Amino acid sequence: MTEAQTVRIEHLRRRQPRFSGLAPGHRACQGCGQALAARLVTEATGPDVAVTNATGCLEIFTTPWPESSWRVPWLHSLFENAAAVASGVEAAWRMQGRESKVLAFAGDGGTFDIGLQALSGMVERDHDVLFVCYDNEAYMNTGIQRSSSTPHAAATTTSPAGSERMGKRHLKKDILGIIAAHNMPYAATASVAYPSDLRTKVRRAMAVKGPTFLQIYAPCPLGWAHGGELSIEVARLAVQTGIFPLIEMERGRVIGVMPVREQRPVTDFLRPQGRFAHLFEDHARAREELAHLQALADHNIERYGLAGEAPQRFDSEGADTVHRGGVRRG
Amino acid sequence: MPRALEGSQAVARAVGLCRPQVVSAYPITPQTHIVEGISRLVADGALHCEYISVESEFSAASVALGAAAAGSRAYTASASQGILLMSEVLYNIAGLRVPLVMTCANRALSAPVSIWNDQQDAMAVRDAGWVQLFCADIQEAVDTHIQAFRIAERTEVPVMVCMDGFTLTHTLEPVELPEQQQVDDFLPPFHFSRTLDPSRPLSMGTLVSPDYFSEVRHTQHEAVLATATEIESADRDWEAATGRGYGGLLQVRGDPGAVTGILALGGVLGTLEDARDEYPECSAVRLIKLRSFRPFPVDALLRACEGLEDLIVLERALSPGGPGILWPEVRASLCEMERPPRVHGVAAGLGGRDIPLSILPRLLSLSGNPPGRFRIIDLEPERLPREGAHD
Ligand SMILES: Cc1ncc(C[n+]2csc(CCOP(=O)(O)OP(=O)(O)O)c2C)c(N)n1
Ligand code: SF4
Ligand SMILES: [Mg+2]
Repeated sequence: MTEAQTVRIEHLRRRQPRFSGLAPGHRACQGCGQALAARLVTEATGPDVAVTNATGCLEIFTTPWPESSWRVPWLHSLFENAAAVASGVEAAWRMQGRESKVLAFAGDGGTFDIGLQALSGMVERDHDVLFVCYDNEAYMNTGIQRSSSTPHAAATTTSPAGSERMGKRHLKKDILGIIAAHNMPYAATASVAYPSDLRTKVRRAMAVKGPTFLQIYAPCPLGWAHGGELSIEVARLAVQTGIFPLIEMERGRVIGVMPVREQRPVTDFLRPQGRFAHLFEDHARAREELAHLQALADHNIERYGLAGEAPQRFDSEGADTVHRGGVRRG
Repeated sequence: MPRALEGSQAVARAVGLCRPQVVSAYPITPQTHIVEGISRLVADGALHCEYISVESEFSAASVALGAAAAGSRAYTASASQGILLMSEVLYNIAGLRVPLVMTCANRALSAPVSIWNDQQDAMAVRDAGWVQLFCADIQEAVDTHIQAFRIAERTEVPVMVCMDGFTLTHTLEPVELPEQQQVDDFLPPFHFSRTLDPSRPLSMGTLVSPDYFSEVRHTQHEAVLATATEIESADRDWEAATGRGYGGLLQVRGDPGAVTGILALGGVLGTLEDARDEYPECSAVRLIKLRSFRPFPVDALLRACEGLEDLIVLERALSPGGPGILWPEVRASLCEMERPPRVHGVAAGLGGRDIPLSILPRLLSLSGNPPGRFRIIDLEPERLPREGAHD
């Protein structure tokens, strides 16, 4: 090896993020938002953690025995108990005087639906656990069935669009509202489209002693029916349309929002995704649902005060997050 | 010095003597007094332990799982509906080979609702992969819990200690509680070989393809079978230390030379022993107390049944539409004998129905007859109001 090459490799090493808990070579689909999100999260937490993982895509694609992508201690028990198993790990480590942080990972199914009770219990009991929900808005692992996180009007295999239905009839559950009601020390939403913002939020959560919650928007090219190369674009459009606001909360109070400088119409977000294709057919109900979704996005913008003061062409990766008090660290 | 203690209080103290670091539980009758007793030990500073009051049995078992996987001795307890609610976790704990101990305060399952004792709950999780030890009295329950931790931790197979609800959990008996030192000498500090540790990361609970699944299950099967040796040695060593032993996997009581035997699990053995005194004409009966239901101790059973002409299997649970639960297992095991006894299968004492001493002559009346089909032996159908009785 020449000297020049050595220098180059050293240089690259230094540029590489310090640590990733998730090694490449796993079996996620191309463009999987959840795989990217889990890597970003563990880059920010560092290696001194243990993960309890609910059943779902992340669990399956990372651990086809005898292989595993995890570089951190990792325990998958069941679909509905990631928060409870994490509580047990945390309690044990507390008894042992160990300072390492416990992370609980779950999909939207393992968070909004079947895992909600265990999550609520974990928060109520004040366990020092960072719970991360990888929100891809359906049960992907079992083949794209509707969850309570599936957005209104999205087609899934159990909420298909047909002559009598325009996809899912109900609204996406307001999980953050539920978390807020638990008086959580720190909770935030994040998106794979904004990696530095995501890492910052992970670091803030890590610094809190007590339960914290992150809901990460993680596009699923297979389930949402868009090209794998569009995952980041779709995730960014979700933020820019107001569909998925990026916010931070302390004790249920919103303390920071990423402004939407120039709100894009929801159709920009919906059009690339096959799960919304029926909304672009030429009939009155489709137009009605489009209007409904636009109203929901507008409502988010207003509810969280997302509209930026001065419209700007480029969004800011969270650098200009508007802070409204709170005791955020880092 | 023995002192009178309620079964649940005695078990709470015994568990406390094992120094669990994490206990998590959800209340259900008749388990409540046990976990209340442990909470009290923690509140009074008598036990240095995280007592976690969870929001369901599902989480109770899950918290215990996480705690043991993270390297702390953990314990939980439940009964009846709680056992069913945690059943998914129980299978998972066993498959993950996480060493845990739990108490099942045996109770009937709903519907119809019954808070009273039978052993339906333990039978419902028979195939979960746990060692299941049944106790005949409170002293045995105390000592078995201490043994259970050693068995679980040496074999990495979880152990469920079954004690009949109310008849053992809520009654007072003179009980000998061991000294802390005795327990410490018997039970070394908890060490789990596959603990979650950031400096040695490992993945637990992975996806296993059909290429390996049978082999993994076979390994688990072998591991549960292999606990038999540990169950026996734990009981032997405990007996050497305290003078109290329970026969390891099973115990022959009554008249060991008798040609008629009765086999049962749990507290009903005490009733049958008392009945021998009450009915001297029925005293020629070999009582086989099956202590270990899982692993099913085939060899010990074959030895215990040597020379029997009739064996009556008395069950405290029912598989509706099925041929009994314990009976077919016993019959299948005894097929290996050159001259197996006639094996009769009956259930009694479901949902807390009192098992009177007179059950003994009633059971013995079966012997000599060809074994019929499995049935409930203490039915009194005339108790049910007949439909249309008011017309
Ligand atoms: C008790 C139970 N019910 C159902 C399933 C089947 N199941 C496995 S993963 C899954 C969906 C997971 O959805 P989500 O949590 O959103 O994760 P994703 O796969 O979408 O990442 C379901 C329904 C299960 N494993 N356990
Ligand atoms: S189905 Fe979706 S969530 Fe699952 S691995 Fe593929 S892209 Fe990722
Ligand atoms: Mg999902």
